[in-house]
Amino acid sequence: MAAIRIIGLGNHLRGDDAVGLLAARRLRQKVGHRAEVIEAEMVGIGLMELMKDVSVVILVDAARSGLAPGTIHRLDASAGPIGGRIFPCSSHVIGILEALELARAVGALPATVILYGVEADNTEPGQQLSSAVAVALDQVVEQIVQECDADHARISSDDASREGC
Amino acid sequence: MSKASEQTRTIAVDMVARVEGEGALRVTVKDGTVEDVELRLFEPPRFFEAFLRGRHYAEVPDIVARICGICPIAYQMSAVHALEQIFGLRIEGALRDLRRLIYCGEWIESHALHVYLLQAPDFLGYDSAVAMAKDHAAIVTRGLRLKKAGNAIMTLLGGRSVHPVSVKVGGFSRVPLRGELERLKDELLWARDAAVETVRWVADFEYIDFAPDYNYVALRHPDEYPLNEGQIAASTVLQISPNEFEQHFVEHQVPYSNALHCTLQGEPYLVGPLARLNLNQNHLTPLAGQVLADKRIALPLRNPFHGIIARSVEILYALEESLRLIEQYEPPPLPAAPVAVRPGTGMACTEAPRGILYHRYQIDGDGVIREAKIVPPTSQNQSRIEQDLRQFMPRLLSLPDKEAALACERVIRCYDPCISCATHFLRLEIERE
Repeated sequence: MAAIRIIGLGNHLRGDDAVGLLAARRLRQKVGHRAEVIEAEMVGIGLMELMKDVSVVILVDAARSGLAPGTIHRLDASAGPIGGRIFPCSSHVIGILEALELARAVGALPATVILYGVEADNTEPGQQLSSAVAVALDQVVEQIVQECDADHARISSDDASREGC
Repeated sequence: MSKASEQTRTIAVDMVARVEGEGALRVTVKDGTVEDVELRLFEPPRFFEAFLRGRHYAEVPDIVARICGICPIAYQMSAVHALEQIFGLRIEGALRDLRRLIYCGEWIESHALHVYLLQAPDFLGYDSAVAMAKDHAAIVTRGLRLKKAGNAIMTLLGGRSVHPVSVKVGGFSRVPLRGELERLKDELLWARDAAVETVRWVADFEYIDFAPDYNYVALRHPDEYPLNEGQIAASTVLQISPNEFEQHFVEHQVPYSNALHCTLQGEPYLVGPLARLNLNQNHLTPLAGQVLADKRIALPLRNPFHGIIARSVEILYALEESLRLIEQYEPPPLPAAPVAVRPGTGMACTEAPRGILYHRYQIDGDGVIREAKIVPPTSQNQSRIEQDLRQFMPRLLSLPDKEAALACERVIRCYDPCISCATHFLRLEIERE
């Protein structure tokens, strides 16, 4: 099992809310065996289950903080709770930030959890990706590939040094 | 709109937390008495009944599964039973058992979410599941594992846990091998013990004294605790077939809500775990009966806050029933019975986690849906929630607005309302004159 798991979140049917899922789909082709990639639509509290048995989790989802559409946020959830309300409110009872905090509260949060958010423009049902978000999709995929490479190199060197002991 | 005066106070809560969907509650208090209670479910109408018209009957289970992310099996089950009635098809044996098993999985999953993450914080004095989890990590972990046990059943039988795809008219697109079900057993045995602990845990909560005069409505079946079939029974003398639902239960629109209200002979009634347990206590297992007796809990339960006990007992029941069904399982010769399409109208009622769910379909000779009608449990409970709040409000009038609003939310949460099913965030306003 790969030590890194990339989880794309969102809803395929709601315009820019699909960006996390689309990013995951592209990343699957690019990261090879360095990371496991999951597309998780409407995941809710199921996110806790998806973060199990792995030390590094990279999440990617649509975000809404009021900044320009296409703006990419990189937040370190392992460092502490992510404040504010920048992720589209789930219409279901448990959203992504609550699932992360619940995991932290019961000691089930992986050692590293990085959350990428792409600022959405249009999340109306049945819409295509907006042009700003389509551009950001290319960028966030590249950024996550680089992050994944760095994490992979770090984990491999940790393993090598342990084996050397 | 009430007149503004020095005595007028308006309480507004942007969103009642821990309910599924968006809605608002407006309470008008005039001269110290509750004048009006309006539960406004402003989730946009979802038009599922209209989407279904013109679709082939075989598409129905996949379409209706999308109505709810928490109880898709309920929608699929009411749909397939209604359609099978048209085709003169009765599903028996292992296929019937598998339907009962997947429905048990949904009850376990849905009830565990509500008991542990949505309602327990109300009793333990927390404003969220996250806050509760910081002090009660082991308990919350137990609840999450219970929920997962239900999910495992749904995933195995339904093909996936969210919006399952395997249920079809006549049976399933694939049935499990005996060994696949056997592999669930160890975890379900753990979950059964955890369910016993759950009943004991909630039984020790402190409950306020509140006992409205409910008319309970649930399915009853001569041989079993109801899931897929039975007669519709009420605590009044009513006992009818699901085919007669629309002759007794009437839906009507209210100007302030996008969900239709449903009444029985013009009066509100209660569906869901409390109603089901009270009307079907003779079908409880010896273990469930013993745990209730140990905790000195006598049925019927009349307090809506005891819904958490009923839900916990049903988790236990569903686990025992799942283990029984797995034990006796022999794979059926075919995953689904053959279907001979004929035109007609069919109705069915099954027990969704939140109460009875009625479907009616009319199809033509090509198997195309001409008309569809769906009556979900939350719209049936809507009038009853308003009635509860009318009765509960007088004891809240001396409280500061914020506390009164929180108490109203707690009453609403007893019902585990699924507002998105019924038509989503609950805003609460109390106007005082």
